[in-house]
Amino acid sequence: MSQPEQSKGATTAAAVSVAGPGAGAPLAGPGTGRTHSEVLASRGERPTSYDPADFAALTGREEDWRFTPLKRIGKLHQGVPADGTDKVELSLPEGVTAEQVGHDDPRTAKAGAPIDLVAALAYAAVEQATVITVAKESVLTEPVRVDVHGEGGTAYAHLVFDVKPFAEAVIVLAHTGTGVRAANVDLIVGDGAKVTFVSVQDWERDAVHLAQQNTLVGRDATVKSVNVTFGGDLVRITPNVRYTAPGGDAELLGLYFADDGQHLEHRLFADHSVPNCRSRATYKGALQGDAAHTVWVGDVLIRAAAEGTDTYELNRNLLLTDGARADSVPNLEIETGEIVGAGHASATGRFDDEQLFYLQARGIPEDEARRLVVRGFFADVVRRIGVPDLEQALMTKVEQELAR
Amino acid sequence: MATLEIRDLHVSVDAEGEPKEILKGVDLTVRQGETHAIMGPNGSGKSTLAYSIAGHPKYTVTGGQVLLDGQDVLSMTVDERARAGLFLAMQYPVEVPGVSVANFLRTSATAIRGEAPKLRTWVKEVNSAMAQLQMDPAFSERSVNEGFSGGEKKRHEILQLELLKPKIALLDETDSGLDVDALRVVSEGVNRVRESGEVGTLLITHYTRILKYIKPDFVHVFAAGRIVESGGAELAQVLEDEGYEKYTGVQAEDDIKAGA
Repeated sequence: MSQPEQSKGATTAAAVSVAGPGAGAPLAGPGTGRTHSEVLASRGERPTSYDPADFAALTGREEDWRFTPLKRIGKLHQGVPADGTDKVELSLPEGVTAEQVGHDDPRTAKAGAPIDLVAALAYAAVEQATVITVAKESVLTEPVRVDVHGEGGTAYAHLVFDVKPFAEAVIVLAHTGTGVRAANVDLIVGDGAKVTFVSVQDWERDAVHLAQQNTLVGRDATVKSVNVTFGGDLVRITPNVRYTAPGGDAELLGLYFADDGQHLEHRLFADHSVPNCRSRATYKGALQGDAAHTVWVGDVLIRAAAEGTDTYELNRNLLLTDGARADSVPNLEIETGEIVGAGHASATGRFDDEQLFYLQARGIPEDEARRLVVRGFFADVVRRIGVPDLEQALMTKVEQELAR
Repeated sequence: MATLEIRDLHVSVDAEGEPKEILKGVDLTVRQGETHAIMGPNGSGKSTLAYSIAGHPKYTVTGGQVLLDGQDVLSMTVDERARAGLFLAMQYPVEVPGVSVANFLRTSATAIRGEAPKLRTWVKEVNSAMAQLQMDPAFSERSVNEGFSGGEKKRHEILQLELLKPKIALLDETDSGLDVDALRVVSEGVNRVRESGEVGTLLITHYTRILKYIKPDFVHVFAAGRIVESGGAELAQVLEDEGYEKYTGVQAEDDIKAGA
């Protein structure tokens, strides 16, 4: 056999690397003499920091930036000062409170530190974070809504949703309008809590939006974290999931629809560091038009201590026209064999001629058959959200995209 | 009276860049109210006949005509053929994830009938057709063909046949993969449609088993891309007893001639 049994350091597309527990990996970052452009042995070794100085300047050749056209991110990686405003509307049902706090408040640093320079710069640029708290054991009948309407310019934000133990909540964060935005969004899911969090990127066509989403899952807590990305010129979302204790269950859902020239990127990371937790990722995207580009990266790390982990990630992309490009990179790293399951699937394809033939053979005209297939493609994800009003609103959005 | 006329039909598929002729001159006329069984060995081209008539893009018609009531079927798109009154029950129906059976059936019925069926009567119509095919009502909430068993897929095809009421039904190996109970249920569905007297049926099968439930008026033996023998229902019994060897012999000889 020419291949070693244990492969270390494979982080190429669709790689599954199985490293021995505690396998050494070189640290990168300032002071280590290494730069981020080197491929690190493990996703778990990638540095995180609240201080932008801990990150090297971006060149675009870094593993986690190689798909992102830096020219189009509105200088967010160069610490451009804020000069824009958002109109923010909060809709807080009973049992939910909102407050502005400084970064000396420990809740602003609980869910996870910035994983890249833009997130660190955004963190540093924000003096007041908004903390929205769902009280312990409160079961909300109405969703918490945060409607952000960008009114141009550059702006930074830090939102913390702190869902206390055994609370049940649906949280919708909706983005409209335009501007250049970088944000950190934290979701702290207390022990035994049940949360559905939906972030909708329905920006105008020229908006730029980079956001890091940190989800911290408590003991026996259940969270669905959904991204819906239709608008913007460039949107780059980095959802991270960590677990504090066994029994956590995170379902990561996403749908995106890129038209002419749009760049829509989602980079997920599920970090299994404690036993008996579950993660599921299902992201589906459609692309139409010239130079429509989507990127999906799904990193899953099962650390040596995370026995009993159950994880699966899936990404599907549907190319509706020529000239569009979808990148899809699942990465699975497994440091223990004592798991329930770990897998991934990724497929990018054109319209299935057999599906079209089947529908047309039932009298349905071609354009309607195509719409039916795309609707179905997305409905498959949307129906997993489990909030009927929201599901209906999202399918209406899909209809609007299809009508373009 | 609706009539499907197939005249000297030649069809090719693309085989590694080279056209390969599958149908080599098929002549057949199916009238409303008649049931024709097309029987033949695997690879004889009998499924190609069904898919070519329905308009599958994989097949290229290189010669001949297909007429439905005198109208040129071959110049129509796939959906136009269906709206003109052709129906193909497929051997391997395709999965359409995220599209519910209920939505699919209604969209299809709307297209075929030219207007959306009235909701009240439609629900009754679907429910009663499903009950007759012994299908669970929960079935209508599932995605089209996704995770269906072989029997469920065939019931679903026949459900569409009953609801869409075509002039000509092409049933491609509807019997394959069915156990005896499912075969009986599916056959009864086909027979209900036939009893209306308004449909012409082209039943494509490898085995005689389904002909015990669905009595054909005519049996045609298909070999090497054409009909090599035609007769009444009694021909099926001959095939049952003697098999296709006699005709596959013809096929071999034919190929030798073609290659000469």
